Amino acid sequence: MEKRVVFRSAWLPYALLAPQLAITAVFFFWPAGQAVWYSFQLQDAFGLHSSFVWFDNFTALFRDPHYLESFKTTAVFSVAVAGLGITISLLLATMADRAVRGALVYKTVLIWPYAVAAAVAGVLWAFLFAPSIGIVTYVLKGFGVDWNWIIKGDQAMLLIIIASVWKQISYNFLFFLAGLQSIPKSLIEAAAIDGAGPARRFWTIVLPLLSPTAFFLLVVNVVYAFFDTFGVIDATTQGGPAQATQILVYKVYHDGIKSADIGGSSAQSVILMIIVIALTAVQFKYIERKVQY
Amino acid sequence: MKFKTLAVALFAVGALAAPAAQAVTEIQWWHSMGGALGEALNGLANKFNESQKDYKVVPVYKGQYPESMTAAIAAFRAGNAPHILQVFEVGTATMMAAKGAIVPVAKVMADAREPFDQNAYLPTVTGYYSDMQGNMLSFPFNSSTVMFYINKDAFKKAGLEPVAPATWKQFLADAEKLKAAGQQCVYTTSWPSWMHIENFSAWHNVPIGTKQNGMGGLDTEFTINSPLHVRHIAMLGDMAKKGLFTYAGRTNQGDAKFYSGECAMFSGSAGAQAGIRKAAKFDWSINFIPYHDDVKGAPQNSIIGGASLWVMGGKKPDEYKGVAKFMAFLSRPEIQMEWHTTTGYVPITRASYELTRQSGFYEKNPGADMPVRQLTNKAPTANSKGLRFGNYVQGREVIEEELEAVFAGKKDARTALNDAVKRGNEILRKFQAANK
Repeated sequence: MEKRVVFRSAWLPYALLAPQLAITAVFFFWPAGQAVWYSFQLQDAFGLHSSFVWFDNFTALFRDPHYLESFKTTAVFSVAVAGLGITISLLLATMADRAVRGALVYKTVLIWPYAVAAAVAGVLWAFLFAPSIGIVTYVLKGFGVDWNWIIKGDQAMLLIIIASVWKQISYNFLFFLAGLQSIPKSLIEAAAIDGAGPARRFWTIVLPLLSPTAFFLLVVNVVYAFFDTFGVIDATTQGGPAQATQILVYKVYHDGIKSADIGGSSAQSVILMIIVIALTAVQFKYIERKVQY
Repeated sequence: MKFKTLAVALFAVGALAAPAAQAVTEIQWWHSMGGALGEALNGLANKFNESQKDYKVVPVYKGQYPESMTAAIAAFRAGNAPHILQVFEVGTATMMAAKGAIVPVAKVMADAREPFDQNAYLPTVTGYYSDMQGNMLSFPFNSSTVMFYINKDAFKKAGLEPVAPATWKQFLADAEKLKAAGQQCVYTTSWPSWMHIENFSAWHNVPIGTKQNGMGGLDTEFTINSPLHVRHIAMLGDMAKKGLFTYAGRTNQGDAKFYSGECAMFSGSAGAQAGIRKAAKFDWSINFIPYHDDVKGAPQNSIIGGASLWVMGGKKPDEYKGVAKFMAFLSRPEIQMEWHTTTGYVPITRASYELTRQSGFYEKNPGADMPVRQLTNKAPTANSKGLRFGNYVQGREVIEEELEAVFAGKKDARTALNDAVKRGNEILRKFQAANK
């Protein structure tokens, strides 16, 4: 069956597309183009002098060990956030799917954190883990753990991972639950009759059938870890201590807005743009092949 | 006929309305004074507005220092900057280099024929905000310096005399005793770079950078990896390892650790006094910061922090007249005294210091004159009159990152300070290239 709609008029399809195109042009292509333009310039804060410096901003970046370190930080952070976020929510979704009594309560409570703004989530966890006054800090002290993320980079990283994962679990949970509920019960029952235990049923039937959902969530979670966790970081560690939590997008903001280094910051956003384009392309080209729709 | 009457009536209304609209010239003032400080600032603006009819100063709170500066830069690029902008001390070099974006205060005052005596200010203040020819480029507003506070009750509990250690040697001895007496947090600091690099250098009369700490030109380089600097930071790193120093963060997070009673000793802004006075449930004192007694000439004098007011470019002559009038108003000793006594900032003119002393304020509030005495301890040298480094917002962060690496035990002091110099110099070179 042919699904395509045929327009008689030559201009109508374009007219219908125009609003969306305009928004894309103004809010995406224009700023992106400006970033590319600025990335080749050296400018003072007020934009009074600017000179074209070719690739100086880029070479300076790759000479800066902290910028290279930021790649590593970003990799650790996004793998942890996407990995933990997807695993935990899959676990929770499988549990909630099996729950007979009070299922609605579980589901509601699990979806709740999604309504919390990223910055609020950050502050919330920062309070719980605050070095002097946090409740968790107090408990940890009882176990002999010296908790002070203000100075300890690993702990600061752990804090923003926890806050970011917590914030994202609801979203993942929702999709996994929907995915689980769309798996035909008859398939699982048939496997059960054939003698497959719960674990085997999960690995051989449920998981493959969930793979489109999992793939979609992987893409969304990586993008989330790359960009949307900005609020969490800004509200808690602000990239510190000693840049231990300075992921790429935070560094763009920090260097451009706080340090007024427009050229260097633009060069970073251009690189970030290239990374995300490449990552998405790879995901669709290679990982999607393994997905069974 | 009807149309004509209407037109005449309209014209009459217009003629009447026009002068009323023209009468008051608005002066936009962007600042970063929140809470009680913001109230004090609004009080100054109101007083000025009531004192005359031609100008109206409109203070607008634009967030913390870095935020209001960023906002003003964006506004300037878009062509609607405020008339007056409050900029913190580390932004000074960036503002000074932006020649087309700002108007020197000395010029604004001279053009408007308002009296303005640069020598009325403390030398540490004048030096900080003047160019090499001695012209004041911005108007000093809220100045503070770093002070050393002790919890006297904690000292007594540890069997010590409740007197602040004057030297770092004595400091270490006291710290050990406090720790032995079960003090959880012995010492903490706010603003680590301001205290342990910038003021430390001035206090010991060693340079932070070449070219008179950057005041002599954009081709300056950091010199904070000298043996004395390394020794001091290594001492702090060692203290952190032994549990004698608890790091609190890069801004004023240390304040709360002190006034909650958690830490027995603390270095922080003179402006922290207000908070301590309000919250501390123990006996405390404000003192000079400690020094290494084997360094010749120490202690010298400390340097200021805080902010000054910059006049932005591209406004109408009449508006500049209003700005000049407002700044002349702010320079009055009684206004300065009001600001000093309500906020805890340093009295920045000699006249206001005298006036405050005569009013008996310092007898009622012992220690309130310590900051100004520390700032004027000796006549400032090239190493202690201030600093001026391009993009120092970034530069200070680099220093703080390296300090954090030392306090966390990840780097030794020498490596960290060498790295700070190397990375800091790259920022300076970039600034130099952008502002040629």
